[in-house]
Amino acid sequence: MKRATVLNKLAIDWDVVARCRELAREITNPIQRYIDAHSTVSIERAVLRAYGIEDAYEGMPLVNLIVDSLPKEALSRGISYWFGRALVATQMEPEELAFAIASGKVSFDKLPHVPFSAIRRRIMPLAKRAISKIEAARRRREHLIEKYGQSEKYPLKYLIVATGNIYEDVEQAKAAVLAGADIIAVIRHTAQSLLDYVPHGITTEGFGGTYATQANFRIMRKALDELGKKVGRYIRLTNYASGLCMSEIAIMGAYENLDILLNDAMYGILFRDINMKRTFIDQFFSRMIMARAGMIINTGEDNYLTTADAYEKAHTVIVSQFINERLALNAGLAPEQIGLGHAFEMNPKIEDGFLYELAQAELVRELFPKSPVKYMPPTKYMTGDIFFGNVQDAMFNMVGIMTNQSIQLLGIPTEAIHNPFLQDRHFALKNANYIFNNARHLSEEIMFVPNGKIVRRARQVLSEVLKTLEKVKRDGLMKSIEKGVFADVSRGENDGRGLSGVFEKGRDYFNPIEDMLR
Amino acid sequence: MEKVDLSNIRPYGDRLNDGMVELSFTFPIPPSAEAKEAARKYVEQLGFKEANVVWMEGMGEAFTFFVVYAKSEKAIDMRTVRVPKIKYPIMDYKTLTAFMERVLTRPLVVVGACTGSDAHTVGIDAIFNMKGYNMDYGLERYPLFKAINLRAQVDNRDLVKKAVELGADAILVSQIVTQRNVHVENLKELKRIIERTKGLKPHLIKIVGGPRIDHAFARKIGFDAGFGPGTLPSHVASYIVHEYLRRVKRAPKGRATGGLCRG
Repeated sequence: MKRATVLNKLAIDWDVVARCRELAREITNPIQRYIDAHSTVSIERAVLRAYGIEDAYEGMPLVNLIVDSLPKEALSRGISYWFGRALVATQMEPEELAFAIASGKVSFDKLPHVPFSAIRRRIMPLAKRAISKIEAARRRREHLIEKYGQSEKYPLKYLIVATGNIYEDVEQAKAAVLAGADIIAVIRHTAQSLLDYVPHGITTEGFGGTYATQANFRIMRKALDELGKKVGRYIRLTNYASGLCMSEIAIMGAYENLDILLNDAMYGILFRDINMKRTFIDQFFSRMIMARAGMIINTGEDNYLTTADAYEKAHTVIVSQFINERLALNAGLAPEQIGLGHAFEMNPKIEDGFLYELAQAELVRELFPKSPVKYMPPTKYMTGDIFFGNVQDAMFNMVGIMTNQSIQLLGIPTEAIHNPFLQDRHFALKNANYIFNNARHLSEEIMFVPNGKIVRRARQVLSEVLKTLEKVKRDGLMKSIEKGVFADVSRGENDGRGLSGVFEKGRDYFNPIEDMLR
Repeated sequence: MEKVDLSNIRPYGDRLNDGMVELSFTFPIPPSAEAKEAARKYVEQLGFKEANVVWMEGMGEAFTFFVVYAKSEKAIDMRTVRVPKIKYPIMDYKTLTAFMERVLTRPLVVVGACTGSDAHTVGIDAIFNMKGYNMDYGLERYPLFKAINLRAQVDNRDLVKKAVELGADAILVSQIVTQRNVHVENLKELKRIIERTKGLKPHLIKIVGGPRIDHAFARKIGFDAGFGPGTLPSHVASYIVHEYLRRVKRAPKGRATGGLCRG
């Protein structure tokens, strides 16, 4: 994605920014050490998926049945060790073996001894094939962008489809792309993030969206490729690598050529009550995959402002962005792949609210100039008044174009009412097309009054960012989350879902996919 | 202006009783002169007169959007319209806190959650969190509420278990996802579990809230009260206190500060 032109309009104190980045590093260092020493059941399942095990047995994914058949003590060697040992011992092909384990015909505890060198010899070609498949995703995308072209006009227009039927989603995506959408996000089935497995097959009756499944990914990818060819611009596809199966969705997304995955280091902890250790470990592995596949991550800081106040807690968004950025860099993502999130969520009744939104959006833009920043529309103060809602979305679009945001998730006037009707999405696009076109180069024409309201607001927010980062550093990240620093939500270190799926890597832990991704 | 006749209310466009209505909708066909005429005829089939399609626009390849103005001759007799409401005096944080100190002998226990698959805590948080919503403090701030927010995706059974364990006086369920009426099934299930569970307070007040919830709906599915959009924490707080007092039959007169809530 092309980089946005960023001017220095806010007279930012770059020493403060450097200090913020330094603090983010210090804050995440102990977390990263913890991550490096641990793995999770979901990571091990992702490894099996990387080896090509994607089918299900009696409705349950094979990868779950295989990983669950091992006691946790044994899992500390890594699934690659056990699966490799079984491959050598049984002389089966991976998928054949997967079914044999799932149906109980082969059991890990009855395997003969196999020398590690033989296991390695059997597994390495599978691992290498997986890595080249991940890398192929990047090349394919580059090739199609070359062939079809892509929108060079920013912000890119990001639209959601959420019918719960993947075929209906395709129809809605088609209408949106023909009206100018650049990115289509397929909303997931309600509460998929809490499933400790990835469902299998095609969804035609989901609640709130379709399941993120490999089959659904394929259907939408194919449709968007056909559309891209037709309209002469590559259409990006988005889904969600969040929840309890981050790494598995990342590998499925890479294999099925998705472009963007929602992926945040803390979102699951705060908003889905997933255990923080589990989330930190999972996000790292999932990001390594996405880094290699050339995908963009979108972080979820916009969500903070749905529970905390957007004016008072504006700084917590940026604090989290610094932390997310550091953890993403650790996983090998390039700054151009780290799409940090933020939102237009201030109370519309605040005097000069537009100025504060402008200050915040410009600040995020200037702090993260290479990031494909994703700007989220008003949701909290959207009401059933669709006419006023359309004006709120227009104000949001105005800030987006004035501050050079990279990705604009278009606001929809019926936000607070129902899943967008086809016509609602059309009006969201009409609104954005008008404003983005009409004010295309406005950002290059305006500066802000030195020491005026906008510059002062940005300075104030940045100083609160520094103060908060210092405090998080003193308390530690896990303790800070417990204290409710982010989104006014408090989570305990050992609370939440999924902790039982975390284990310490043994000294003999074997995971060639991880080794090759690092 | 002519006097409004409550027995004969019609939409007001730019003069009394002109019956003017605006409509907008989509047909799954491409735009054409015939599509426009079809939209006009469709609106007249709905019972409207003088339908005027003022806007037609194609969306994608297979859809057309219309804006239509039309006149309705139907009227409604306001005198026959009845809406169930919760009647209780609304007090603000300070007044209610003082009132609670005067009439209660112990804190009231309130347990809240979004149950079922619903992951959206915005509503329940607005009512519970210290900070509250729109300058109105949440239940956690009240010294005489013991307010426990279990947040999102809580199993109905776990909510009820918690209510028994803590001796809840009220439970508060938030339901935001209402597609295909998932919330109806979920609330009915909760109701069944409550009925089958022993050890709950006999006066337990069952409250439901959410953007698509109203009091009539809540009553219909067997809850005591329903709160919709625009509800402030002090509305819910005032209701809980007064309903509790009514149920334990010692309701002294409280001084209302906000008039009667229209639920």
